[in-house]
Amino acid sequence: MEPTRFLGPSLALSAILFTLGVAGVLLRRNAIILFMCVELMLNAVNLTFVALAQVYGVEGWVMVFFVMTVAAAEAAVGLAIILAIFRHRQSVDLANINLLQG
Amino acid sequence: MESVVFYIFATAAVLGGVMCILQRSPVASALWLMSTMFSLAALYVLLGAELIGAFQVLVYVGAVLVLFLFVVMLLNLGQRSNDLRGPSGIAAALVIAGLLGIELLAVWRYTPSRLAAEVAQGPAMLDASAAFPAGQAMRQAAAHNVVQSVAEPLFRTYLIPFEITSVLLLAALVGAVVLAKRRI
Amino acid sequence: MTLFQETAAAAPAPGAIGLAWLLLALPMAGFVINGALSIWRPRAKGAVSVVGPAVLIASFAVAVAIVLQLWQASPEAPYILRLWTWLPVDTLRIEFALQIDQLAAVMMLVITGVGSLIHIFSVGYMRTDDGYARYFAYLNLFVAFMLVLVLGSSMPVMFIGWEGVGLCSYLLIGFWFNDKANADAGKKAFIVNRIGDVGFLVAMFATWQVAGTLDFAGVTAWASAHPELAGSGVITAITLFMFLGCTGKSAQIPLYVWLPDAMAGPTPVSALIHAATMVTAGVYLVVRTSVLFSMAPLTSTVVAGIGALTALFAATIGLRQYDIKKVLAYSTVSQLGYMFLGVGTGAYAAGVFHLVTHAFFKALLFLGAGSVIHAMHHAYHATHSHDDAQDMRNMGGLRRAMPWTFALMGIATLAIAGFPGLSGFFSKDEILAGAFARGGEQPIYYLFYGMGLLAALLTAFYMARLMTMTFLGPNRTGEAERAHLHEAPWIMIGPLVVLGILSLVGGAINLPPLVGGGAGLEHWLEPVTAPAARFFRLEEPHGSTELFLVGAAVAIGLLGLAWGYLASSRRAIVPAREAAPETGFWRAVYHKYYVDELYDAVIVRPLLWISRVLLWGVVDKGLVDGAAVNGSARLSRGLGWIGSRLQTGQVGVYVVLFLVGALWVLRVVVG
Repeated sequence: MEPTRFLGPSLALSAILFTLGVAGVLLRRNAIILFMCVELMLNAVNLTFVALAQVYGVEGWVMVFFVMTVAAAEAAVGLAIILAIFRHRQSVDLANINLLQG
Repeated sequence: MESVVFYIFATAAVLGGVMCILQRSPVASALWLMSTMFSLAALYVLLGAELIGAFQVLVYVGAVLVLFLFVVMLLNLGQRSNDLRGPSGIAAALVIAGLLGIELLAVWRYTPSRLAAEVAQGPAMLDASAAFPAGQAMRQAAAHNVVQSVAEPLFRTYLIPFEITSVLLLAALVGAVVLAKRRI
Repeated sequence: MTLFQETAAAAPAPGAIGLAWLLLALPMAGFVINGALSIWRPRAKGAVSVVGPAVLIASFAVAVAIVLQLWQASPEAPYILRLWTWLPVDTLRIEFALQIDQLAAVMMLVITGVGSLIHIFSVGYMRTDDGYARYFAYLNLFVAFMLVLVLGSSMPVMFIGWEGVGLCSYLLIGFWFNDKANADAGKKAFIVNRIGDVGFLVAMFATWQVAGTLDFAGVTAWASAHPELAGSGVITAITLFMFLGCTGKSAQIPLYVWLPDAMAGPTPVSALIHAATMVTAGVYLVVRTSVLFSMAPLTSTVVAGIGALTALFAATIGLRQYDIKKVLAYSTVSQLGYMFLGVGTGAYAAGVFHLVTHAFFKALLFLGAGSVIHAMHHAYHATHSHDDAQDMRNMGGLRRAMPWTFALMGIATLAIAGFPGLSGFFSKDEILAGAFARGGEQPIYYLFYGMGLLAALLTAFYMARLMTMTFLGPNRTGEAERAHLHEAPWIMIGPLVVLGILSLVGGAINLPPLVGGGAGLEHWLEPVTAPAARFFRLEEPHGSTELFLVGAAVAIGLLGLAWGYLASSRRAIVPAREAAPETGFWRAVYHKYYVDELYDAVIVRPLLWISRVLLWGVVDKGLVDGAAVNGSARLSRGLGWIGSRLQTGQVGVYVVLFLVGALWVLRVVVG
């Protein structure tokens, strides 16, 4: 078994998935799908970590744990925010949400 | 044989990602994303990170995506509604995503030796060959058992970030409850 | 605090010399006490009368002790007392240090001695003034700064004193600041002095650049080690800039204009600051850095030329002034010119000698004038007259009312006119002899000698005129006022008597060999002037030449006195309010050759025009206010408008912008 496998293809796949996530964020207005796309991007980064952990060592895996934790926390809080917004506006369409405007 | 399996799962992951961002129904999107997560878990195993693969299934598929599905159902967003942006928005999105993809895909040809050569040109790294003994993670994992090899850095080098992460999770827990409850 | 860690001389500073810091500390303490009194107890005139002169007398006692010590030790090198390190910056390390040597000894004796007498006089003169405590606070502060000036061991420390006395001069000229003319005179003195100070500063910078040290001892050592630089451009430039500073502080052409106006201050101030001490700082500086000046023959010639020209020019103006203090002011400018003629000639000891004797007789003249003004003022005050108490046309015949003042001012007049045997005779004669002797090498000094001799004639003339108009002839003060004219109290006459004695016998400190003297001051100053003497040594005339020079000086002085007396006593003088305006040439002289008007037209008005039109109109209003201030406001408002357009609140827009930025960063980093 060769020690380091699929480094280039893994990184390329990660790039494709990340780009898909970005495209999704840009294309969709549904807040929940936006969050899914963010999760997709985080997974792409995780893939990079795992692929490069073959070269650099298990620290890459440790980083994946951190990313997963943060992603879980982010999903929990983000979805809670969406729930709260939905109660007010009966919509999760970003076009209707401009609370950020000062 | 392994590369065939790799490319099958890679194709499945990309397909899942594409369908995820194109499906109108959030439920369908979530399910396609789930297929991507599963494919990635398989790829992790192929890359020698069985533990990560297991956590991928447990955390992402088992927790995060289920949470998504719960919210979708809670909000009764199951019906199909067109939430794509307008033509100009789509064009801008495609251009930006395309440029990003082109830039990121430059990593396609990466091998450990090329990586080592490039890093060696950087200022910080002195001895590239010593820095990149190939197959680090698996060698470490083989030397101890897998969990121990991960736990070692996590509870020694990264102890403080680890503790901070647990505080973050607690904050997220409290925050989610506060935000989601109608009345406390 | 260790007051002196080390001294430059091998021997440690003996006894009293180690107490030199007291010289500064005592007047400074007086300033603090009197200043506090002037703020919180302005009516406590008794305490001020004690503290003000007492600190000076104590300081004088310390000075005497130091000089006696110095007399016994007679060191070749100066004692340096390092008090603390003031500016340690890289290789520039400026100690706040005092330098005690023979020149500083002479200066501190004059400053504290004459200063004490003037302080005592002031007790009588200023007693009735509301700002009595403030006056003494300023006067004490002045003495402290003046001592810093003469004791500072390096140019920056000296510069503290240099600026400090300028400040005190400004404060005291404008002492009665309720009158705008007085405040203006103070400002004029301050600003004109600043012009000269720039020269001093430039000289200091240049010295640091080439010599790498600012200590006087270090500069002297450096100059002595580089004899090849004698006559070089850099030394000439340094000394010329230094002399520019001297012209400001010591009221020489072209910066003399402030001194006559400075007479707006109280008369004892004029005596102390604007006759005896501060204005001689320039002469002191030249002597202190004499090694540099003797290395620059061109500068020395300029110094002597300016000095001779000023002596003559100011003397001519003095011929036609009616304000008693203005006459004395121009006389001071003229006598300072003599001193510069002396030091420019290379006769440094003669310059210092004249500085000392001038301090005696000019302080006496000013205090005498103060006594006269005091009497006149009281007389006019008693009858509520608004006539000018300083105009000599309103005086006349005062010898009957004030015999003491008359006699003492008479001594001073004879001294300044060069009457044989009096102090001024010896010092002035020595300067003129020096100029004549140098004429043998550089013929232009014969011209300077001639100018000096002519100025001596005019000096005798205007002094005789002053005495005649003030004390002789019929009284013109007025019928009612005449009865109120009286002699000043003893506290004012006492200092006059001491100064009168000094004016009489002051020449004894440097009697020439011709009359059997030992040229004491000259030998005393030899350690200071020796480095300069290595580059240039003035051969003083002897024998028949010396006799001829002395004879000429005596003859000229007596001629001037006689002419002045005859010219003034024969003319019928009318009181100021009835006097007709001057005509012809005398009109120009009376108006000081319109130099102030000339400066106003050539320098002040163009400067104001440039400031108002160019700097204020174009640069300040146009560029600074318009472009910079309002422009930046418009720019930030415009940028803010763009930013606010971007803040749509739409997350999608933010994401797009964020991604565009990320792409750009990626482009740059990955390249």
